[in-house]
Amino acid sequence: MNKRSHSIAFWAGVAVFLVAVLSMTQIVRNEYPFFAGYVILQFIALAVAWTILGGYAGYVNFGTNAFFGVGVYTAVALFKATGAPLVVQIAAAAVVGMLLGFGVGLLTLRMRGIFFSIATIALAIIIETFVMNWRFVGGAAGIQLQRPPVMAPFDSYVKMLFFVQAILVVIAVGIARYIQNSRMGRGLQALRDDELAAECTGVPTLKLKLVACMISGALMSAVGAPAAMYLQYADPSSAFNLTYSVSALAMSLIGGTAHWIGPVLGAILLGSTQQFLAVTISSEVNVLVLGIMLVLFVVGAPKGIIGLLRPRYRLRAGGKQ
Amino acid sequence: MFSMDLLLGAVVLGVLLGCFYAAVSVGLSVSFGLLDVPHVAHPAFLVLASYGVYQLNDSYDLDPLLAGLAITPLLFLFGLLAYRVYYETFEKRGSDAGVRGIAFFFGIAFIIEVLIILQFGVDQRSVTANYIGKSWRFGEFRVPIRQLVAFAVALALTVVLAVYLSKTFMGRAIRAVAQDEEALRLMGANPVRIKQFAFGIATAVLGIAGALLIIVAPVEPTLDRAYIGRTFCVVVMAGLGSISGTLIAAIILGVAESIVLTMFGASWAPAISFAMLLGVLAVRPQGLLGR
Repeated sequence: MNKRSHSIAFWAGVAVFLVAVLSMTQIVRNEYPFFAGYVILQFIALAVAWTILGGYAGYVNFGTNAFFGVGVYTAVALFKATGAPLVVQIAAAAVVGMLLGFGVGLLTLRMRGIFFSIATIALAIIIETFVMNWRFVGGAAGIQLQRPPVMAPFDSYVKMLFFVQAILVVIAVGIARYIQNSRMGRGLQALRDDELAAECTGVPTLKLKLVACMISGALMSAVGAPAAMYLQYADPSSAFNLTYSVSALAMSLIGGTAHWIGPVLGAILLGSTQQFLAVTISSEVNVLVLGIMLVLFVVGAPKGIIGLLRPRYRLRAGGKQ
Repeated sequence: MFSMDLLLGAVVLGVLLGCFYAAVSVGLSVSFGLLDVPHVAHPAFLVLASYGVYQLNDSYDLDPLLAGLAITPLLFLFGLLAYRVYYETFEKRGSDAGVRGIAFFFGIAFIIEVLIILQFGVDQRSVTANYIGKSWRFGEFRVPIRQLVAFAVALALTVVLAVYLSKTFMGRAIRAVAQDEEALRLMGANPVRIKQFAFGIATAVLGIAGALLIIVAPVEPTLDRAYIGRTFCVVVMAGLGSISGTLIAAIILGVAESIVLTMFGASWAPAISFAMLLGVLAVRPQGLLGR
């Protein structure tokens, strides 16, 4: 009963959020809040997606930028080849991201965590190198994109992208929440605490890790897909920028990885700080603040913000959402 | 077109390059290979050392190799401190150290990168010395003297460290702690102090390695990203903790990079080390000479 009422509260919250976002796009005239808000939403979705593997299972993925960039370039290639609409671009990016997650997971998830982490960095660089040498999508110089006309009820493309990204956030959070409360979430947590013990008690560890890696990868690529249209431009060094990796990882760890709300809080906090700093000071300081906060939190507050708010909180609290 | 001379030249340059890669990776071979510290910040420490060398060379006109030697004690202390912080916050507490330890070093790497940018800017920096910029001719092809210097010093550094680890008392203690920490504890030694010392050594060799890095080519603040691939590729391919393996693996990587560079062009070069790393992880994760 308790669980059901939590579910109702959750979906009501989601509905309120989406209605608020939609009405904001209809009421607010100035486009700047949508430009800034889009980036924050993007980081919420990335951080939540990262947490599914990095937080629940404890496998640190440094390759958020690989999945993000693959999303961007799947969208670019599809758009250039067929002029496919945004929804198709996002769906295709998700599929490609999932396949990529399967491949890299199969290759490295059998080994200790650090090898997975290094392999994901490797993946990002290799794919970036391929894209740099791929003429069709502009190579190293990048590619300009012409946005198609905007669809009703939106009066500008940025507002529409803002709404699309909000939906992606909802999907990411919904999946993360579902996994957390399911058998799979408990299995992931078991293997995170002690992989050998989990394996011995019959948890299909490799399968769970692979599925988590695929879901996480699909979400990250889907989040990356609209970025090309957002910037009206794509180039390999910004699409595969390592800052995406460190941001997703930092936001998730700073918020706390035991619960889906952790990365959401971390991303809102850090994302808005970043937007503020990037506008007022410089983007270097912005990355510095990110790094310092990451180190401070992993050293001083291992359970992140949610650990500070609720000292005894554990994922083990199980059925509660 | 493919030609034997071209290939031969590429192989020779690759061997020189490979020994240089051994020098920049050998510290990681100790810290990650022997001590199991997920030291993702190793390349960032390396680039930091290069900027230290640059600073000394720029303001006092000190020879880069001497400058590297001069900052070595400082790096040793820095390594001791870094390991102490890592040990107190992660290893000692045990559970979950993996995830947060990796994130910790990743964060440190990013902080170092940004601090270098804030201090020196994003431009490339290089050092001056009388052996930089000249080259020796051997009939058809030339070898830059800087490469030869880097090769000789790198080889010496790697051999010295290998001898240190296998012949001296402390070196053997370091290898012992890697093999069985508990046994060492039972013998009445303090494994943490040995590991701390070893991490200090692993960081100290970055003084010379950093000097070589900036002798071979100009450095920039984000250069550490490319070297994450190279150093980890070498250390994993070598077989964790094997110094002779490090030399062999580094030469393999150097030759591979050099050949790809000659045959396909520079735009493919960054991916080589990472592709080889993935290949090794998939086919032979214990490396060439795994422990």
